[in-house]
Amino acid sequence: MTAARRFAQDRWAVVGLVFLALLALAAVAAPVLVDRVLHASAFRLGMMDRVEVGGRPVEVVDELGVPVGPNARFPLGADLIGRDVLARMIYGARVSLVVSTLGTLLAVLLGLAVGLTAGFYRGTVDTILSRFVDAMMAIPILLLAIALASVLPQGSVWTVVLILGLVNWTYLARIIRAEVLSLREKEYVEAARALGANDPAILLRHLLPNLIGPLLVFATLSMAGNILLESALSFLGVGIQPPTPSWGNMIQEGMAFYSVAWWITLFPGLAILATVISLNLVGDGLRDALVPGSRQRLRA
Amino acid sequence: MTAFLVRRLVWSVVVLVMVCAITFTIFFAVPGKPAQLIAGKYGTQETIALIEKRLGLDQPKPVQFVRFVSRAAVGDWGFSYVSQQPVLGTILQAFPKTLSLTLGAVVIWLLIGIPVGILSALKPGSIWDRAAMVFTLVGISAPAYWIGLVFLRVFSDQLGWFPIGDYVEIAQAGVLSWAHHLVLPWVTLALLYAGWYARMTRAQMLDIARLDYVRTAYAKGLPRRVVVGRHILRNAMLPLVTMLGMDVAYLFGGAVLTETVFGIPGIGGLAWRAIRMRDLPMVMGTVLFAAVFIVVANLIVDLLYFSLDPRIQTES
Repeated sequence: MTAARRFAQDRWAVVGLVFLALLALAAVAAPVLVDRVLHASAFRLGMMDRVEVGGRPVEVVDELGVPVGPNARFPLGADLIGRDVLARMIYGARVSLVVSTLGTLLAVLLGLAVGLTAGFYRGTVDTILSRFVDAMMAIPILLLAIALASVLPQGSVWTVVLILGLVNWTYLARIIRAEVLSLREKEYVEAARALGANDPAILLRHLLPNLIGPLLVFATLSMAGNILLESALSFLGVGIQPPTPSWGNMIQEGMAFYSVAWWITLFPGLAILATVISLNLVGDGLRDALVPGSRQRLRA
Repeated sequence: MTAFLVRRLVWSVVVLVMVCAITFTIFFAVPGKPAQLIAGKYGTQETIALIEKRLGLDQPKPVQFVRFVSRAAVGDWGFSYVSQQPVLGTILQAFPKTLSLTLGAVVIWLLIGIPVGILSALKPGSIWDRAAMVFTLVGISAPAYWIGLVFLRVFSDQLGWFPIGDYVEIAQAGVLSWAHHLVLPWVTLALLYAGWYARMTRAQMLDIARLDYVRTAYAKGLPRRVVVGRHILRNAMLPLVTMLGMDVAYLFGGAVLTETVFGIPGIGGLAWRAIRMRDLPMVMGTVLFAAVFIVVANLIVDLLYFSLDPRIQTES
């Protein structure tokens, strides 16, 4: 319980966690929120001059043909074809959260498998795996992601999950390998071996539990990176494909019109910023609470 | 020392060959033939077959791979499928733009990041420290391309201080105009790294300030200025030098997002277009070019540590 208490004392980490919880709630409740509170224009494909809100028509473009900015009906403005920016951002939160969570999960599994194997068996296995990790890390991450995106079937959310998983596991593999290299020399591992425990038992029952702390910290911080990467891929047009809204592709759609309709690019970017900041705060808080020694460092 | 050097060099080459293998594998998983792309929409079967033969695409994949690697090793990086221009030449032409972007950004992020980190570490928990940490948190959390768009909207569009995404050569437009065009991209790119460097500087300094030799330095009556400057700062900078080497090496491979937003015709944009056009030689070229910098930076870091840390020497 001490770790949980240490985390709870970190005010900023708690603020981050609360924001993420609210965001997740909004994402889950997206259909209800958008239908009842806003209006169901989030997925409309064609351009319209007005939409029905509560049975009354509402203009979505002004006299010059520019989409309306933030007002009472469209809290964050309308986009180029008159869709509600806030409604699309709420659906975008769904996509961003699901994709980056699953991508992180995949990266954790891959990194864990490779790191455990390399660190535990050492020797040739370690050399081959470590060189492969080196090679993967020598390719700039965004280039690797774009290359994978152009190979894998486009338009599917699962493709983006796969890409995030495939490009992000290497760093974790290195951390886990280093941890296992030192853990495997500990007396309790020797004791377990002397008692006749086999390799899988030592790996899963004795080494893995000691890696939960670093794993959790890595997963949180890496999810922050994944939100950014997903949005970057969608911004470049190789991630989540329209009409499915994602924060990144919303920014891309609004990019050419940022001087007349700034709200289309500004608000999704703020959503990314707030989410990534929250994840970083939670990650820092988890590190201080879970990784021994890091707390002694004075924190703001 | 020699044995260590040789072994490290051999491993670096192995890593580069593996980089080629990974890129090659990813690329040949793509359905559709490159020859079809070159021949164009109206290319006949004969034309396609001819192109495949000329480029060696009719050979088995492993043969193609070995031929690519052995040619790349002697500096023959082939020709672009799309532009028919030599790959290495095209990359070297784009490199000065990427270099301009990177070096300017490095100067800015060091000038912001390190002083902010030092001042924070000197007064941890103070108002200044808190404000600085909020700034760095925003820096490391904001999407670079979005920051770029916001900057363009505010500083180019509304205030009219800077031109809107246009790159000019030093040789043609002069240093001032070149820098004027690059200020926004520099700051955009630098903001992210300034955040990381400030956090890193602060954390390193606070870690070192707890060590015994620092207490000894204070105990023997040295003024704070000397202890911080000579004993803490100097040691705190070591890991930052490593980080700087790796970051610069990464950026030499191109900053795809910043280049895209500001229309800078550098390596990042080149790689991005090549991947979209399925221009295999250009993809291999840009990826390999980026990887060489990273591998060399790794090598330098290893050698530095080898010569600085006696424990590594006894191990090997």
